[in-house]
Amino acid sequence: MLKIQDLSFNVDADGREKEIIRNINLDIPRGKLIVITGPNGGGKSTLAKLIAGIEKASGGKIFFNGEDITDMSVTERARKGIAFAFQQPVKFKGIKVIDLIRIAANKNLTVVDACSYLSAVGLCAREYIDREVNSSLSGGELKRIEIATVLARKSMLTVFDEPEAGIDLWSFGNLIEVFRRQREEISDRSILIISHQERILSIADEIIVLNDGRVQHRGSREEVLPKLIGTASAVRNCRGNMRGDDC
Amino acid sequence: MDLNNIQKYLLKEIADINGDIQGAFNIRSDSESIARQSTEHIEIIPKENGSGIDIFVKPGTKGESVHIPVVMTKSGLKETVYNDFYIGEDSDVEIVAGCGIDNCGQHDSQHDGVHRFFVSKNARMKYVEKHYGSGKGEGKRILNPVTEVYMEPDSYAEMEMVQIKGVDDTTRTTVADLKEGAKLVVRERLMTHGEQQAFSVYTVNLNGDDSTADIVSRGVARDDSYQKLDLKIVGNAACKGHTECDSIIMDNGRILAVPALEANSVDASLVHEAAIGKIAGEQLTKLMTLGLSESEAEERIINGFLS
Repeated sequence: MLKIQDLSFNVDADGREKEIIRNINLDIPRGKLIVITGPNGGGKSTLAKLIAGIEKASGGKIFFNGEDITDMSVTERARKGIAFAFQQPVKFKGIKVIDLIRIAANKNLTVVDACSYLSAVGLCAREYIDREVNSSLSGGELKRIEIATVLARKSMLTVFDEPEAGIDLWSFGNLIEVFRRQREEISDRSILIISHQERILSIADEIIVLNDGRVQHRGSREEVLPKLIGTASAVRNCRGNMRGDDC
Repeated sequence: MDLNNIQKYLLKEIADINGDIQGAFNIRSDSESIARQSTEHIEIIPKENGSGIDIFVKPGTKGESVHIPVVMTKSGLKETVYNDFYIGEDSDVEIVAGCGIDNCGQHDSQHDGVHRFFVSKNARMKYVEKHYGSGKGEGKRILNPVTEVYMEPDSYAEMEMVQIKGVDDTTRTTVADLKEGAKLVVRERLMTHGEQQAFSVYTVNLNGDDSTADIVSRGVARDDSYQKLDLKIVGNAACKGHTECDSIIMDNGRILAVPALEANSVDASLVHEAAIGKIAGEQLTKLMTLGLSESEAEERIINGFLS
């Protein structure tokens, strides 16, 4: 479904070019839940943004269903069937939860249909559907709304960038359930999750370890996960808030 | 009521009037009152000198509305209209005003509406005012509303003032005096485009203990337009005041926000917030990941911001 060929991404760091992604080659097949892990700074989130078109590659190609999408905009990629869940959900003044879900679904969903996406992420839909997507919502609420909008896309490929970042433990448990259900209903669609949480890794079909901008390992969960336990690539749930690096 | 298409269109834009109106109303078109209706509890009486109308809401009137839209369709008309509202004790009413100017001619059209509200003890009032301009003539569409609100003890006024499109020049002046326990909530929405200029000046005097004011102005300045927002709260008692200017700037737009707080009592608690900035890149990106083009995303963000 997604083919990444010789992909590289460099940034300017104090006048010197720094390689964040180094000539990566990857195939993401249909019908799989794949988790990309690796130590912080290894290039995971950058790779996710390159796939969605939020960052532009310095070199290499990206193909989606056989079509070269390397030069396509974020919008074009979204319309082709790539969805992206932000690590830090974006807030809007005056845009309501229902507006965002309707934009995502690209149709004028009924309130009942829109609510079903909120229920799927464990939110009491009636309480949230008319709320503005602004700072009055907690980090966990915003995160679940973010995921609900992405589910409403019903995209061929959904990329979640560190979905556990900034949410509380209860929300995290709920999140795992959402991914489990998605895994069961996946059919010929695929899910790509950027995460180093062990509980997320433990529901993956395949695990890819990214380190220093390169693919270090790739294999089935059974094969790769045991090697990661106890390293920065498979972090156990921590107490209190789950704020990525602190865990 | 016999209306032409431009009148109908403007009435729909400014007062959401589509056919019959419920309750009391006065429709003014091209400097003449073309329809008026009083009800058992709300009386509309033209001023003797013809300069406007007086609206009397009887004490205890609840759940009723007054519509007083103004439309101007002839190029070159200039008028100043004085409307006074007397809101009786313990009443709870909605007032829908607004002015729509369609100017297809060479000459400037100008409507200056001076609205004075006398809100009695324990009365509640919601006031909605929309301003709109249309027409492709070179003549300007000018609106200079003056709003004065006098609030008696424990009264409540909520004011929604919107100017979204087509008004070339506007100076909006709002003055409010609040006695003890009175509460004023203002939500202003301003969008300017082209070469338009908008000035919005507020002076809210919190004179009584436990009086509160919450003034929020959101603006979008596009193209080469200019906005100046001048929001002042004066605390003369044990009161609470909050003002907020929140603006999006686009293209070559310019915005000047001038917050002012004046405390003349040690028990006054006043807060001002002001922010001006372009649309956040991440907001555009998020909506683009949901399939909107950049310009569609921009429109959505602005429409939401001004909603």
